[in-house]
Amino acid sequence: MIESPLATKTLLTVGPVPITEPVVVTWGLMAALTLSGWLAARSLALSPSRYQAVLELIVGAIEDQIRSTMRAAPKPYVPMIGTLFLFILTANWSSLVPGIEPPTAHIETDAALGLIVFFAIFSFGVRARGLGGYLKTFAEPSIVMIPLNVVETFTRTFSLIVRLFGNVMSGVFIIGIVLSLAGLLVPIPLMALELLVGAIQAYIFTVLAMVFIGSAVSEGRAEVDKERNGS
Amino acid sequence: MSWIEIVSIFSAAMAVSFGAIGPALGEGRAVAAAMDAIARQPEAAGTISRTLFVGLAMIETMAIYCLVIALLVLFANPFVR
Repeated sequence: MIESPLATKTLLTVGPVPITEPVVVTWGLMAALTLSGWLAARSLALSPSRYQAVLELIVGAIEDQIRSTMRAAPKPYVPMIGTLFLFILTANWSSLVPGIEPPTAHIETDAALGLIVFFAIFSFGVRARGLGGYLKTFAEPSIVMIPLNVVETFTRTFSLIVRLFGNVMSGVFIIGIVLSLAGLLVPIPLMALELLVGAIQAYIFTVLAMVFIGSAVSEGRAEVDKERNGS
Repeated sequence: MSWIEIVSIFSAAMAVSFGAIGPALGEGRAVAAAMDAIARQPEAAGTISRTLFVGLAMIETMAIYCLVIALLVLFANPFVR
């Protein structure tokens, strides 16, 4: 019997707190990302080394993507969006290492990522528009839309969570089923497909986060522009 | 095996099978439209296929939702114990 994809394996207990496998993998990925970032930032040079050039390429690509999706200066968004993308990508691809299950295949990790986006939308919206101004965007275009807009903020975060969870988990699940039915080396094409799916899902998650943040920010900016033109 | 479990297994299969129909039709239409566009304008193939991949992943999400529901019914059914 294949074990439930919703259950998590407890590896060790620290006092009363059980530490599960996804938590350990997540901390490992965080350590790896931080270490590679620190190694790159330690010796920045005007004429970049090979390693620095690769990282500059990645950061440049993320900035271009933010610029074309949000139509805003990428500076304030690069740290969050870039970290989200790189973390989800490495998390989805961590299944390549034998014995490691991607932490995004468990709904808790995805819920945490979704909550980060949820609060980022709120905080960027408030920063661009002020608390009252941001709350006023819920009454756009008319006051009748308030319940719909409030429900929308929750459902879009929920669909963000379930989309990532479902895609990654179903990949892991299908590979497990094929492995148990057909045996060794047979699921390799499926794993290659899983790499593609993982990259696309990381891209979609970050693009949707950008679109949501961009709409929260630019709805405010459109209002400000309107007021400025009116006065 | 109680009747709740029988109904759960049956409804999980129903959720996946019927949930696959809609996204399959949608993906077929999307790919057909993309093929048409690439045939008309081969120089835009890069942009079209990139957008197509993202769109397909979005459509596929609908089927994935059904899969999640089926797994919830099978593994985390609130009515079984």
